Amino acid sequence: MARSAMLRRLGGALTALLLALPLAATGEGEVLPFSNLELAEPQRHFSATQECVEPEDEMRRNHMEYILHQRDETMHEGVRTRQYSLEECINCHASKDDSGEYIRVEDTRHFCATCHTYAAVKIDCFQCHADVPVRESSLHSRQTGASPHRAAQAAPAQPSGMTLQLMAAEDNPQ
Amino acid sequence: MSDTSRKMDPSRREFMSRAGAAAGAAAIAPGVFLTAPAAAKPLDQPVTSDKRWGILVDTNKCADGCSACVSACETENGWGSAVDSEQRSSPQQKAQWIRKVQIREKATGYVTTLPLMCQHCETPPCADVCPTGASFRRADGIVLVDKHICIGCRYCMMACPYKARSFNHQDLKDQKPWAPRGKGTVESCTMCVQRVDHGGTPACVEACSAENHNALVFGDLHDENSQISQQLKKHGGKEIRGDLDLNTGVRYRGL
Repeated sequence: MARSAMLRRLGGALTALLLALPLAATGEGEVLPFSNLELAEPQRHFSATQECVEPEDEMRRNHMEYILHQRDETMHEGVRTRQYSLEECINCHASKDDSGEYIRVEDTRHFCATCHTYAAVKIDCFQCHADVPVRESSLHSRQTGASPHRAAQAAPAQPSGMTLQLMAAEDNPQ
Repeated sequence: MSDTSRKMDPSRREFMSRAGAAAGAAAIAPGVFLTAPAAAKPLDQPVTSDKRWGILVDTNKCADGCSACVSACETENGWGSAVDSEQRSSPQQKAQWIRKVQIREKATGYVTTLPLMCQHCETPPCADVCPTGASFRRADGIVLVDKHICIGCRYCMMACPYKARSFNHQDLKDQKPWAPRGKGTVESCTMCVQRVDHGGTPACVEACSAENHNALVFGDLHDENSQISQQLKKHGGKEIRGDLDLNTGVRYRGL
């Protein structure tokens, strides 16, 4: 007897809960999680006249591979080409705020932080490396064309068909 | 691709081939070698063991009370008084890439001063004990810490007979792009590798010359005609703790 009474009470409670749910969901002033998160657009630095060191779609997906490769070559072998050096990434991609100060990496408007905040990728590059330009870029003056990776005047690579599809999907979200 | 797994310390095989090469070179004629004269390395080429960078310190010229070499290193590499970091570390903990050491002879009271930094050993004990391969010796003899691999265990600091290494205890900001340093990693004199790779001279050597003391000479120990080799040949140069047979790249005269 006691068991059936308990079941009846449980059923009543469940019904009440189900009735109450839609009321709660349509409550006034409700804020969805992360809906007020503001992310800065990465500043575009490249155009048809000024390219990045590799095509933009390639850099978007594989920039870390280039930096890692350069890192080991420079650290262990003393190769000092500037093509894929992190310092040159910063020299080119750093942007300034309204007061003319360089934006630091802790700020989500920093070029690296814009994407990495959005993608929730925690990078530790800038615990050691400079996150703002310190000295003039020497990429172009030092580029002799003797780079093992890429000649100074290489023909721009064509993005693959799949990459183009992905880019189109990114540019025109449905 | 870079091969970071390559062993940097000289093996028996390497020793034998070097010994053979030396014997072969000597057989041609005394003082005549089949090696090309020293030329600046192209920036896109890896360093080779054709060169062995070294510094010769003349303690007779090293002035008491002068610490131009230390200040120059601080400014170049962004540590110590040159930067506003490590405020919470005690003086014993703070980074010290190069230090001035004073030696007083007890009997006579004669005082010698000298700069002491990483001695860039040919067989570095720091690299021997490193569990991750972060401490290594570059092909041209410069001993470095790859901070990407360093786990901060500090075995190398204990192994180094020269107390040449420091550990970063706190978060740093505004490091030099050419000398990255960070919390949780060990660091030491890099022989200003960023300058050497561009054909330059370490900051300490430059500063000593600027002070007109000329107590430091930098150069290629493998090049017979370099200033450092000539001076070593003429006046000799001691290793500190030579009994350890480390074949250091930094030599001292007047000790």
